[in-house]
Amino acid sequence: MTPIAPTFFFYFLAFLAVVSAIAVITRRNPVHAALSLIVTLLSLAGLYLMLYAPFVAAVQIVLYAGGIMVLFLFVIMLVNLEKNIREYQWNKQWIVGTLAAVVLGGLLLFVMRRGYDIFPTTFAGLPETQNTQQVGIWLYGNYMLPFEIASLLLLVAIVGAVVMAKKRI
Amino acid sequence: MAEITTLHYLVLAAALFMIGTIGVLTRRNVIIILMSIELILNAVNLNLVAFSRLYGLHGQIFAIFVITDAAAEAAVGLGIIIAFFRNKETVNVDEIDLLRW
Amino acid sequence: MFFLDHIWIIPLFPAFGAAFMFFFGRRLQKSMVSGVCVGMVVLAFAWACVAVWQYTGYAAANHGQPFEKILFTWLGTGDNGVIYPTHIGFAQFHADAGFLLDPLSSIWLLFVTGVGMLIHIYSIGYMGHEGGYYRFFGYLNLFMFSMLTLILGNNYALMFVGWEGVGLCSYLLIGFYFQRHSASTAANKAFITNRVGDAGFLLGMFTIAWYFGSVQYTQVNALARSGHFAIGDPWITAACLLLFVGACGKSAQFPLHVWLPDAMEGPTPVSALIHAATMVTAGVYMVARSNALFVLAPNAMKTVAIVGALTAIFAATIGLVQNDIKRVLAYSTVSQLGYMFLALGVGAFAAGVFHVFTHAFFKALLFLGSGSVIHAMSGEQDMQHMGNLLHKIKTTFGTMLIGTLAIAGIPGFAGFFSKDAILWETWSREAGAYRYLWYIAFLTALMTSFYMFRLMFLTFWGKPRMSHEVEHHIHESPKSMTMPLVILAICSVGAGWLGMPHSLGGSNRFEKFLEPVFAKEAVVLEQGGKAAQVAAGEKQVEHTDPLEYLLMFASVGAAVAGWWLARRAYENADKGYKEPIRDISPRFYKTLFRKWYIDEFYDWFVTGRDKLAGVRLGAMGLGEAMWKFDAEAIDGTVNGAGWATRESGTLSVWWDKWIIDGLCVNGVAVVTRLVSYPVRVIQWGLVQWYALVMVAGLVCFVVYYVVRW
Repeated sequence: MTPIAPTFFFYFLAFLAVVSAIAVITRRNPVHAALSLIVTLLSLAGLYLMLYAPFVAAVQIVLYAGGIMVLFLFVIMLVNLEKNIREYQWNKQWIVGTLAAVVLGGLLLFVMRRGYDIFPTTFAGLPETQNTQQVGIWLYGNYMLPFEIASLLLLVAIVGAVVMAKKRI
Repeated sequence: MAEITTLHYLVLAAALFMIGTIGVLTRRNVIIILMSIELILNAVNLNLVAFSRLYGLHGQIFAIFVITDAAAEAAVGLGIIIAFFRNKETVNVDEIDLLRW
Repeated sequence: MFFLDHIWIIPLFPAFGAAFMFFFGRRLQKSMVSGVCVGMVVLAFAWACVAVWQYTGYAAANHGQPFEKILFTWLGTGDNGVIYPTHIGFAQFHADAGFLLDPLSSIWLLFVTGVGMLIHIYSIGYMGHEGGYYRFFGYLNLFMFSMLTLILGNNYALMFVGWEGVGLCSYLLIGFYFQRHSASTAANKAFITNRVGDAGFLLGMFTIAWYFGSVQYTQVNALARSGHFAIGDPWITAACLLLFVGACGKSAQFPLHVWLPDAMEGPTPVSALIHAATMVTAGVYMVARSNALFVLAPNAMKTVAIVGALTAIFAATIGLVQNDIKRVLAYSTVSQLGYMFLALGVGAFAAGVFHVFTHAFFKALLFLGSGSVIHAMSGEQDMQHMGNLLHKIKTTFGTMLIGTLAIAGIPGFAGFFSKDAILWETWSREAGAYRYLWYIAFLTALMTSFYMFRLMFLTFWGKPRMSHEVEHHIHESPKSMTMPLVILAICSVGAGWLGMPHSLGGSNRFEKFLEPVFAKEAVVLEQGGKAAQVAAGEKQVEHTDPLEYLLMFASVGAAVAGWWLARRAYENADKGYKEPIRDISPRFYKTLFRKWYIDEFYDWFVTGRDKLAGVRLGAMGLGEAMWKFDAEAIDGTVNGAGWATRESGTLSVWWDKWIIDGLCVNGVAVVTRLVSYPVRVIQWGLVQWYALVMVAGLVCFVVYYVVRW
């Protein structure tokens, strides 16, 4: 019996991600959009799990859905959007913009189709149970410098955000 | 249909990327635009993680860093939005045109 | 020889009178005015008589030479005068202030001063109640001065001075009652018609000056009689015809006769003096003076004769039907002047001059008499309202009757001799070449008699046709008026005896007296070669042709016939009497009454006073055409130029507004703006636009690499 669970789950999660992504860009109310984005993030987390990356999936849920989206929701609440919800949502260049993006997407697919042959066919052996440890070792080992720089970046971001949001500098 | 290959994930990532780009280019509400940017970043993440199954753990590390970056950038961006909202009382990006000729 | 030597003083007497009137006349009393002016003329007459008397002695001593006295050089000095080319070389124009007395001018001198003196005396009474007394006498004296200059001058230029002067005085005197519109119009007509003639005179004088190199009578006559010129010389013919045009204007020949009847607007003494006795004879004088030239131009003489005869009968026909007493006499004057020119034209110069002499007396008499009648009738001039004056104004009647008999040509009176001489000469000259003119002259004599007796019958006979008021006032004129009438009546009878022809047993003293003046031409029919002229002064053998008696009888018969016809029609004229001509043919009567429509013709075609079928012709028509041309064409062109300038201004405005401002100035700005639009979009200020551009750039990048791949 062929395993149909991965297939099913993939299509289910993919469908969910795409649908909620479309919901993000089409909702009038930003809160709805934010919630749709959370759905997208969660489905992507599921997809990460299927790709033998549990740590990334966890980070995605904790950081992205739990941190960034909460931040988004805070700001949405801060900003008064009563007036904005009733206005016209799309800007003047939507036709050209859509067209450009579609063309870009098409090009990406085209490139993928063309170059798919050079991908290796066998998967690398990635242990499921040792994934977090491995990520930790690699993160503090080979990727030490990017790690520190990332923390510096976060510092700058904090300072910048505080400065930007202050009433009086 | 039977086998989920890497290509499936890449196509999904491309679709999400396209949707995100449409959102960036066509919406007036600046918060939605930021969310679309998050979508784009997530599509890139998916790409990275999909390739990491083929090539090793590097992709996942990169994906973690991307998430970190996305967080920082979202924070700063939202701070800018708050500062701008205080100034002009609007979140429509085409009304933020003080530097316009 | 004192009076002869100082003959130039004669014109100065009336000149002094005129000047005196000009400066002081306004403040003088009437007696002073008349005393000065009439006295001057009396002095002139006296001086003239003595001068002529002395001339006869002079002439006897000098083989009939004319007496010439040059006072000073008037035109053209020795060194710097006008030098002009003649047809034989160059000559200097030279005209003296010189005076010439020969038999011709002596006759004129005597009757001009004599008749003038009588008329001046008459005017004292006639103009006694009028305003402008001093003005009248001043003008009259000025006229005498001009006339005397005319006849005493020794060259054509000085004659022209007098010629113009009498024209001027005629104008002034005809328009004496200038408040009357008809008077001023008539004065204009006289002067202008005279002027037309003067143009001819001037051209004739210039031709003579060019051809002969001189304008002095003695020099011109000497050249003409020298045999140097051929008979029928075209230039001499031209000169003579031009001079005759002048004579037509002054002496009222057809077609320049129109002014004389209208000239009756002036006071009666003026009509008598100027338009009967003196001024109108100036033309005859001039032609007679130029007889040496005319003799060399047979075509010119023929023209003179034909014009004279035609004028005579033409004026006589009009005179048959006129109702104004003075107008009848005016047309009679024109007719008699025609006779004079007829005489001159056929070569009978002496006869013509004789007729002038006698005509002066009886025409002046008739005019003064009519003035007396008008005076008696309290100003009425229309014969239709006269009648039965015979017993009331006896002296006037008697003298006028004598004058009428004279003009009709009844034997014994002056007119008979002179007119008869003319008729005989017309018949017999050139072996009967002018016989057709005799018939015309004969008819005219008949008509003359008819209308003169018509005048007498209507005025003095018949039933009274005037209003009762006028009838009560009829009175004889004062002595100052009747005395000249009587004197003139005596002259009308006696003057004829001077010219008693050989056929009736006299020696024609008049003609003999004039012999030195007129060259007796032998043959003037066109025969080539030089003139075979009998020199002036040679005697011709006198003989009488029996035909002369027959013609004499015929002319007397004509006179009697005229008297009888007039008597039949008018003797018992009552109110509403009938004109026999009107009974025969009313149309013909109307034509005659309207003077053959000559005045209308002139008004239509010559002057343009009246429009013909809505179009103005003639001189005024030309003026109108010029005015229209100027207003429409020239002014139209000027306006058109202005319009064009305005339009070009509009064009400039358009050009400036649209091409300069629009294309050059604004266009540069528009182009700049158009070009700048695409460049602007690089810095919209819209963030999403930047994002779009980024995506588009990315797409291009990828496409580029895919294509290269």
